Amino acid sequence: MLATLGKRLLTVIPTLIGVIIVTFLLTRVLPGDPAVYFAGPAATPDSIAEIRKGLGLDKPLPEQFVRYVGDLAHGNFGNSLSTGRPVATEIASRLPASAELTLLGLFVSLVIAVPLGILAAVKQGSWIDHTCRVVATAGVSLPVFFTGLLLVYAFYYQLGWAPAPLGRLDAFASAPPQINGFYLIDSLVTGNFEVFRSALSQLILPVATLAIFSLAPIARMTRASMLAVLASEFVRTARASGLDTRTVIITYAFRNAMLPVVTTLGMVFSFLLGANVLVEKVFAWPGIGSYAVEALLQSDFAPVQGFVLTMAVLYVVLNLVIDILYGVIDPRVRLEG
Amino acid sequence: MTDTLNAIPPVTEKPALSATPAQPKPEHNSMLRHARYVMSENPVTGLAFFLFALIAVCALIGPYIVPHDPLASDTASALQAPSWKHWFGTDQLGRDILSRVVVATRLDFIIAITSVALVFAMGGLAGIAAGYFGGWTDRIVSRLSDTIMAFPLFVLAMGIVAALGNTVTNIVIATAIINFPLYVRVARAEANVRREAGFVQAARLSGNGDARILLGHILPNIMPIMMVQISLTMGYAILNAAGLSFIGLGVKPPTPEWGIMVAEGAANIISGEWWIALFPGAALMLAVFTFNLLGDGLRDLVDPQRRT
Repeated sequence: MLATLGKRLLTVIPTLIGVIIVTFLLTRVLPGDPAVYFAGPAATPDSIAEIRKGLGLDKPLPEQFVRYVGDLAHGNFGNSLSTGRPVATEIASRLPASAELTLLGLFVSLVIAVPLGILAAVKQGSWIDHTCRVVATAGVSLPVFFTGLLLVYAFYYQLGWAPAPLGRLDAFASAPPQINGFYLIDSLVTGNFEVFRSALSQLILPVATLAIFSLAPIARMTRASMLAVLASEFVRTARASGLDTRTVIITYAFRNAMLPVVTTLGMVFSFLLGANVLVEKVFAWPGIGSYAVEALLQSDFAPVQGFVLTMAVLYVVLNLVIDILYGVIDPRVRLEG
Repeated sequence: MTDTLNAIPPVTEKPALSATPAQPKPEHNSMLRHARYVMSENPVTGLAFFLFALIAVCALIGPYIVPHDPLASDTASALQAPSWKHWFGTDQLGRDILSRVVVATRLDFIIAITSVALVFAMGGLAGIAAGYFGGWTDRIVSRLSDTIMAFPLFVLAMGIVAALGNTVTNIVIATAIINFPLYVRVARAEANVRREAGFVQAARLSGNGDARILLGHILPNIMPIMMVQISLTMGYAILNAAGLSFIGLGVKPPTPEWGIMVAEGAANIISGEWWIALFPGAALMLAVFTFNLLGDGLRDLVDPQRRT
């Protein structure tokens, strides 16, 4: 198992190198002068020349790359133009907000989509199967920012159940002392239930938006792979041996059907991390997505570059976790590895 | 659309082009019959073709049939709810939302079509070359598409637009780049299966060069499958472009475009003026839904085994 893990870790390295090269190239090689981008719209030729020198842009490309990698290794993502603060600190302080939202969204979506997919496959052609199909088709067609706005209209404006979509806490609550930055956990650990309630109620709509968005691919995949497994011979054998339906479906079929579902999770994460940006914009969520969007609109390039790199590294790590999970679920993968 | 309907399913041993002169009539009829059969099996596909026609009409003649000027503001009648005069209501500047939604169809459609055409040219060609030649071509193309896949796609699109500059053209380019791996994967797999097929060997024996075999024999043969891919990614391309303009990239404000119109209406949702965001959002959803259904329908026509 450890050897497999080591080998898998090694395969991450070329991917990471590719990611770093692309984020580097995004600023340096494309048409347009990066010094102008970094200097911002209100720059004089003198300040541009100064920035070019300061960034080392007058040096040859390979040297610039080495310097860029060196900066990254020291956790230096450059400074934001508009706030003057280092991008790395800003991203680190906003990351928990995004992570709390995304992970909770994925969790809710799994809790709903997996049972829905299983039921749809077991009771093929029933109303639950049709529900599953409608959810899957509608889910991939709904623009995530539009779902968010519809939920806000229904649950904030019409019903008044949800709080205003303005950030992580309502105006009267103050943030819990930072332990890991997840407000739900921080407030529980410090025993501040008022803040917990506030954080939870702010979370419900954005989490629901992300969950609706990621429901479709997971439910669809669960259904398809359960159908394939249920038609296989070992399930027929298990049934013929007189095992009860529950054991057959959960122990025999589901465990085997999990594999393609876990593979789909990689793709789902790619979509979720992108959708996260849009959801943060709709709900004024102070995460890294809204940070990048603000910077983008002000042509403040360093935060955007830091954001793209952070997201890509996160995504690579998530894919690694998924692969390891794959080995945990399926012993065959472990042995072959 | 008839082209796709008549498209010959990807039978490995049969070159699509040279099949036409031999016995066109029965082939044609059976294909039409097959299309009609699939349609009757799945009426939703018929609906998808109807919706597609509607969108195409809006994109073609939309600007000439709308009741109001999509850019004319009239502050006296700002923020009016839907009525007989303004079916979809008016926005903050008193512009007619119905007119704006219809006129926006063309821009969204053009963005989606050009980006899909671009990625078809780049990814499709790179993919068939990789599948046909193998070796280094394959390694370079695969490495390139792996690197793109290592990014969350929407995030990469944001980065590309930020680097290239904030214009509609760059939204098209970014959307094409993030779809590149999908096209490469399909084209590569299909070309790889056919590289030693009978018709390819025959073409090679008759003295055709690699380029001619790729473009004249393999490409037409995998076109039906690529058409499905195109239709499926059209919906995604529209969503992606609308997402980018929702966060304020690409399309500049007075221009009617679905994503930016939803963004303009977002602030008014909280104060209850739902129609500003709802109608462009619904149009967007309908367009994506249409292309997804169309893609599923085309796949049923082309690849009966994967019919759901």
